[in-house]
Amino acid sequence: MPVPELLVTPTNINDILPLIEAGADAFVIGEMRYGLRLAGEFNKADIKNAVEIAHNHKRKVYVAMNAIFHNEKVEELDSYLQFLQEIAVDAVIFGDPAVLMAAKQSAPNIRLHWSTETLGTNWYTCNYWGRKGAKRAVLARELSMDEILEIKENAEVEIEILVHGMSCMFQSKRPLIDNYFQFQGKQMEVRQSGQGYLFLYDPERDNKYPVFEDENGTHIMSANDICIIDELQELVDAGIDSFKIDGIFQSPQYIIEVTKLYRKAIDLCVHDSNQYEEEKDQLLEKIIAMQPQNRGLDTGFFFKETVY
Amino acid sequence: MVQLVDKISEIRNGKRVIVKKPELLAPAGNLEKLKIAVMYGADAVFIGGQEYSLRSNADNFTLEEIKEGVSFAKKYNAKVYVTTNIIAHNENIPGLENYLRGLEDAGVSGIIVADPLIIETAKKVAPGLERHLSTQQSLSNWRAAQYWKEEGLERVVLARETTAAEIKEIKEKVDIEVEIFVHGALCIAYSGRCVLSNHMTARDSNRGGCCQSCRWNYELYRQEAGQEIPLFSDNDVPFAMSSKDLNLLKYVPQLIEMGIDSFKIEGRMKSIHYVATVVSVYRKVIDAYCADSDHFEFKDEWLQELAKCANRDTDYGFYKGLPGYQQQLFNESRQKPSHDFAGMVLDYDEETKMVTVQQRNFFKIGDQVEFFGPNIDNFTMTVKNLYDEEGNMLDAARHPLQIVRFQVDQPVHRYNLMRKENVHAV
Ligand code: SF4
Repeated sequence: MPVPELLVTPTNINDILPLIEAGADAFVIGEMRYGLRLAGEFNKADIKNAVEIAHNHKRKVYVAMNAIFHNEKVEELDSYLQFLQEIAVDAVIFGDPAVLMAAKQSAPNIRLHWSTETLGTNWYTCNYWGRKGAKRAVLARELSMDEILEIKENAEVEIEILVHGMSCMFQSKRPLIDNYFQFQGKQMEVRQSGQGYLFLYDPERDNKYPVFEDENGTHIMSANDICIIDELQELVDAGIDSFKIDGIFQSPQYIIEVTKLYRKAIDLCVHDSNQYEEEKDQLLEKIIAMQPQNRGLDTGFFFKETVY
Repeated sequence: MVQLVDKISEIRNGKRVIVKKPELLAPAGNLEKLKIAVMYGADAVFIGGQEYSLRSNADNFTLEEIKEGVSFAKKYNAKVYVTTNIIAHNENIPGLENYLRGLEDAGVSGIIVADPLIIETAKKVAPGLERHLSTQQSLSNWRAAQYWKEEGLERVVLARETTAAEIKEIKEKVDIEVEIFVHGALCIAYSGRCVLSNHMTARDSNRGGCCQSCRWNYELYRQEAGQEIPLFSDNDVPFAMSSKDLNLLKYVPQLIEMGIDSFKIEGRMKSIHYVATVVSVYRKVIDAYCADSDHFEFKDEWLQELAKCANRDTDYGFYKGLPGYQQQLFNESRQKPSHDFAGMVLDYDEETKMVTVQQRNFFKIGDQVEFFGPNIDNFTMTVKNLYDEEGNMLDAARHPLQIVRFQVDQPVHRYNLMRKENVHAV
């Protein structure tokens, strides 16, 4: 049985080695100028560094270029892609076709992963981006287990899903928090400061949604962290290619510990599914014990029906 | 450099005349609205079919109604586009081919599409349909526009997040038809990138299930060192994420000069009164500018006319750059439009000067009413007498769709609309 990749998001360069030790196979990094909702900022030097460390340990580095680009940045995509190709990053994650155009022109050998988060909802469209050059499609988080399995069955590209962490529910170009403070006539620091974060409280549902602003706009995140550490068997059996843990808003310690637990879960699914059955509840218990205050766990849309 | 934008103008009889007139594209939530939109001056309408459209609540068109709409529009040289802009799931794939073939057979000019599944399937099974990239793809730069051109699309609808400068640059750099939103409600998120309703109500916003969750009540806090610090006090206005509606009427001349191909009015859920009013005002401004651009003067009465059907504040969105709080609504209370739709003219007898009107809202003897339409100048008068179909005297038109007659001294025509001032309007 093929072993799915365990993909994680380091918060900075110092996380890479411990995450490798914890069992990560690949990393998503980048900078907010080109990438969306990253766990940390990696400038060019950091990326180069990360690639060296990862490659020394036969691990992979994917760089996020999945922003929605406006004219002002589209002409610099080429040089960034060329740089990434030179330092041999293992893939670039894109959503905007502008990146595809630039890659074709300036970095034709770079491997591409398609990810817009919300638009990856059917197998035909995954294969469409495959025909345009993507080797992998990242699926929307609002899909059920059955939909994911059906996509995998029909996919001609690798399939990546989120198995753990926060997911984005909303991106606006507008600085909504800043605008609110300005409307009130207040001066506030709205950018992420490292300690603490802002959230929107929804009294109706008693939910707390983390919210932040950066140069890509305002992002609202899910109230709970997805966690399906105890539901992996079917996905591993189906051959899903990559399982992602998103560590945005989490501490390096948390990401490292969660990575270890998922490593264990995946290896058990592959090599000893009976033992996985035995141990999966304990694995889940361990994650529950680690959850920060305010962050519940749920299974996202894996077992939830959506209507329209 | 090659000039990609077509020639905009020429001099005729000493006047600078616009030869590249943009298409005025109007929403049509049902057949009646389609007819009104076309008669009031839309060059094209967009409608939703029974499936694959993002407004699952609107009274969407059956294939039969689409056919009827197309043949009606044809008489006015107008086109019909069908929105098929859902982001499809696996379960939406079966049936798509037949649906698209049906649209092609019905004679629609094109479809508005976001999902490559539908884009490619249409090319394969219904090549007669033009494909216009929906704003659901949030197309925001010229290189992405170039991509969709190379994919064979006829037109791109730009993201509502693009500024005037960006729109202009995209039009200059890429030889593809460009459509932009000029009027109507705005999503506060990038289109296609909001799944709030999925998470909060298990309704898929990208398949028409959006519950406008962005406009619900939220409170803003900072979480720090185990504490939750409220970032508002009791007398503060609550946090809100609601955009003022878009209104680019004043910028119509600039947009014409940029060579924008289609001006889109949002609002398939909007009333017939709204559609008629907005379409006729944009029609007037476009025609006035195109007839003699050098002597064009913007008239405030056009904006006043638009205000008669507006129930929310309007602004220019991203046109001049990143919107600030001035482009948002806080502490929103639903306003009533300054005018109500009162009735639609069915007939007018030149000799007796009696009009036959289908009632759409309560009105009575003594009320001031205003008539408007594509073939008359607006005028206001007082209702002096009122009869039902049998000629019995009435004091008021009380029943929805009731047919009534009364005297109107100035001639009006079938499909002219009648509105009256809303006395309770704020
Ligand atoms: S919830 Fe608001 S921002 Fe999101 S899709 Fe609906 S209207 Fe747009």
